[in-house]
Amino acid sequence: MSQAPTREVAKRVFAREFNDATFTFKESDDERAPNFALLPTGDRSNRVFVVGTLTETEDIGDDSEYWRGRVVGPTGTFFAYAGQYQPDAAAFLRDAEPPEYVAVVGKPRTFETDDGSVNVSLRPESITATDETARERWVVETAERTLDRIEAFDDETNEYAEMARDEYDTAVETYRREVVEALEALDGGGGSDDDDTEDADDADDVEPEAAP
Amino acid sequence: MSDLRDHAEDVHEQFSDHIDDLSVDDIEARLQTLVGEYKVPVDEARRSVTSHYLDEADMERDALGGGGTGSNEHVQLADVDEDEQWIDVTAKVVDLWDPRSDAVAQVGLLGDESGTSKFTAFASSDLPKLEEDAVYSLQNLVTDEYQGNYSVKLNRTTTIEKLDEDIEVGDDSTTVEGALVAMQSGSGLIKRCPEDDCTRVLQNGRCNEHGEVEGEFDLRIKGVVDDGMDAHEVIFDKETTEAVTDISLEEAKDMAMDALDTTVVADEIRDLVIGKYYRVSGPTFGRYVLADDVEELTERVDPEATLIRARSM
Repeated sequence: MSQAPTREVAKRVFAREFNDATFTFKESDDERAPNFALLPTGDRSNRVFVVGTLTETEDIGDDSEYWRGRVVGPTGTFFAYAGQYQPDAAAFLRDAEPPEYVAVVGKPRTFETDDGSVNVSLRPESITATDETARERWVVETAERTLDRIEAFDDETNEYAEMARDEYDTAVETYRREVVEALEALDGGGGSDDDDTEDADDADDVEPEAAP
Repeated sequence: MSDLRDHAEDVHEQFSDHIDDLSVDDIEARLQTLVGEYKVPVDEARRSVTSHYLDEADMERDALGGGGTGSNEHVQLADVDEDEQWIDVTAKVVDLWDPRSDAVAQVGLLGDESGTSKFTAFASSDLPKLEEDAVYSLQNLVTDEYQGNYSVKLNRTTTIEKLDEDIEVGDDSTTVEGALVAMQSGSGLIKRCPEDDCTRVLQNGRCNEHGEVEGEFDLRIKGVVDDGMDAHEVIFDKETTEAVTDISLEEAKDMAMDALDTTVVADEIRDLVIGKYYRVSGPTFGRYVLADDVEELTERVDPEATLIRARSM
């Protein structure tokens, strides 16, 4: 299978799909084997790359600093948490002056809330300031990668799609609509298309993001 | 060359200088025993017989050369696609790198019209050093394969002849595009060994080969460019690092001097490059793309085509 440990690719995922990726698993029994989040469009991810708008930061730690940042994409919000073990990311959030565009490389993490629901968050490896064109590039790139996954969803050999069918109830169509929505939200991104209402309108897709 | 007699004559030619009273008949008899009686394929039989004489002459296999002098195929570097072949090439030394081990005398990139290939010369082979940008006729190299990448190895039988000509090295560079998602250790302001032909990166002021030395400053970025499908490791040298960061080597030295710490340079560079999108072109070496050309992707992207794709699914 895998020979030398190769670096995990940073997957491109929009916020709604990311926050729906509540199921995690390991590929081997090895204690140090990486933890993967199962993306609902049928792929595994133990690293993601996100570009969005940092809208709020808050130190929610008790004794030591523990920073939470809200990183907003075109379709929802990523929650990034950084404490003493992510000193650079924590320092960035401490000094940040929202709103600003940020690029986050990070690991998906899940935690269970008091009411038993599972929330997905980002543990940043890095947070850096970026600009609007990078955000647009990310939206288009993330749309392409998401469509790639949706296209491969019905492949018979796609073990992660099979896993997603078993673990999740949401149809992949939801995430295709998320892609359309994200692209339409880009400035000048086909906003004048009158005859394409079926995609945007009949989607039951406006689920406000619950803060963890 | 299926005839055992031919093989025997080849082997005889390889060993006649090393073993007294060696006769072609003896060799043929050995081959005949293996092939005729024991049904060993000819290649294996020849290998076995060669091993026997190597033992007898107390020689290493790579001291042999490729089955007699001048009988190797003269090949283009881009055509190397098989492991353990004996070849001759005419090539230019495009680049010399830091050997990672004392066992390696030189490592770098050879180039000819067809493209480039990594080469390695081992310290034990005791060969004259190749000079950067010089063109050589190299005979008796052995090809090597590692994870699908081919390289050539010089050995003690390799003949090196410097030629008075230049080669237009073929372009086999690749281009990768994506976000720079990580910067690895060994980036920023580094020190290299100043000894002739040694450019090793110093660890705590020490060169692996030459011990404690007064290092020479250099700038570089070892990073990962990731497009969501593949993660490519890239190396930016001083020129490309200066270009993407707008920090010159002199400024980097000043920064380090002020802070009494070289790591401030890497920190500053990290903040500048991580999360940015780049198009990186250059030759590949193993898992690295050696960036000759780096361009930050700042032009707006048009979402229209992607939108059409999304709507039509």
